[in-house]
Amino acid sequence: MSEKKAPGSVSKLLNASWLRPFLLLVMIVVGWDLAIRIFNIPAYQIPAPGDVVKVLYTDWPELLSQSWPTTYATLLGFLASAVFGIPIAMLIAGSRTVESYVYPLLVFSQSIPKVAIAPLFVVWFGFGIVPKIIAAFLLGFFPVVVSAVQGFKSVDPDMVDLARAMKGSRLRVFCAVNLPHALPAIFSGLKVSVTLAVVGAVVGEFVGSNSGIGYVLQRSIGTFDLPTMFAALVILALLGVILFWLVDRIERFAIPWHVSQRADVFIGS
Amino acid sequence: MTAAMRTMSVDQPSAHLRVVSEQSTPSKASGINLSGVSKTYGTGDGQVQSLRPLDFHINDGEFFVVVGPSGCGKSTLLKLISGLLAPTSGEIHVDGNKVTEPHGDVGIVFQNALLLPWRNIINNVLMPIDMKNLPRAQYMDRAKQLLKMVGLEGFEKKLPWQLSGGMQQRASICRALVHDPKIMMMDEPFGALDAMTREKMNVELSRIQRTTGKTILLITHSIPEAVFLADKVLVMTERPGGIAAIYDVPLGRERTLDAMSNPIFTDLVARIRKHFMTNSTLD
Repeated sequence: MSEKKAPGSVSKLLNASWLRPFLLLVMIVVGWDLAIRIFNIPAYQIPAPGDVVKVLYTDWPELLSQSWPTTYATLLGFLASAVFGIPIAMLIAGSRTVESYVYPLLVFSQSIPKVAIAPLFVVWFGFGIVPKIIAAFLLGFFPVVVSAVQGFKSVDPDMVDLARAMKGSRLRVFCAVNLPHALPAIFSGLKVSVTLAVVGAVVGEFVGSNSGIGYVLQRSIGTFDLPTMFAALVILALLGVILFWLVDRIERFAIPWHVSQRADVFIGS
Repeated sequence: MTAAMRTMSVDQPSAHLRVVSEQSTPSKASGINLSGVSKTYGTGDGQVQSLRPLDFHINDGEFFVVVGPSGCGKSTLLKLISGLLAPTSGEIHVDGNKVTEPHGDVGIVFQNALLLPWRNIINNVLMPIDMKNLPRAQYMDRAKQLLKMVGLEGFEKKLPWQLSGGMQQRASICRALVHDPKIMMMDEPFGALDAMTREKMNVELSRIQRTTGKTILLITHSIPEAVFLADKVLVMTERPGGIAAIYDVPLGRERTLDAMSNPIFTDLVARIRKHFMTNSTLD
């Protein structure tokens, strides 16, 4: 390439890694718009990107206020899956007895479709935020447990022996060796979990709620208001990306020593 | 160890480590004593005997090296003596006290450096201090001196992955020494190092042992390394591991790499090798 004299700032900007997903997104949107024009797809099947943007712009205050309940439910469900998932993973990894009792049941419970049992939570807890949190928790819980179990189990037994030979108490050995060792695996579980928690919260809103993005989705499907529905999907995707990015930031702060964090690569979205 | 030797050792960088043994008089009340110690893994049909009943004694301040074919239970032996594993039969005594759990007055070095990747080098060296909940400040100087002794001065704030394998292993030796244990146990400590680094480490370890008089139990599958380092070499048989022979190494305490061309050295290496050649299982 003989573009030595090319304006540095523009080419640098085009090469910036944070810009790449946006470039791809722009290409997809353009492809979407072209497909609608070329194949003459009617607006009641797929709305044009322009219409979706218009709805996003005009209904922004409404959409924003509806996204808060979804965000709360997602965050609380996600936190619950971390708070319950990590200790349960500790128990499963630490004791064969617990593992043999709990783990198969946990896998079994994952095969139950959450969408099917979500109405049950509405029956139990009413139309408030609780059913949404539970749905978010149920979806986010499993990946945390599976990853954390794997993290706790992959500690080098020699390393634990070494710490034990230093006469460290069980708790001290755990905090100094096992827990930090499991953190990278736990974080990868948390990242999967946070995006699934968004799905869970929406499922909760689908079956019985009068607020939230899930509610907007369902209402707009009912009235064939496709631009609003797509706008709601965009908001959900944004919510997922932002929450994922937050967990990623926390991960970088918590495990700066890990291989995945050594090179300054962009994993954010 | 003579008085002259001790005064000389004050100038050594390792002078801050206590001198454990003045003389090596064999006695049941001191040193490490194994009587009828055996180990069988598993239960029922899946039983695997790892060690046949063993009886031997390691004196205070002795450099005791165990050689044997792979899978003969060398590492099991080390875990038994450090109290990490309980023997199936027999008793182990360290300084007259029966070993039932990790006793703390021991530093261990494994084949892999096993440094914690999230701690920098100085914090890795100080790990035994943290585990024992001792005041860090008191040991900081010694940790730094130890790092200086093994040539890692200036690397205190580096993370393990920033160091080469040999440097990591040297840091792990510092970690084994920082709480100034009486006994050092090393399980093929230089197995993962290249031949040149390995020889340098051997000379260094020999010097550390000479100047501190620590009891060292070292496991290796290199016969020349065993003879070069040891006061006594224990040769193990194939699994289930037992004692094939114990050799004294009359090469004196001051050893340089020249010792390797000494006829006593070559003769002993050949004799030990014969134990394995007859079964043709040298690894």
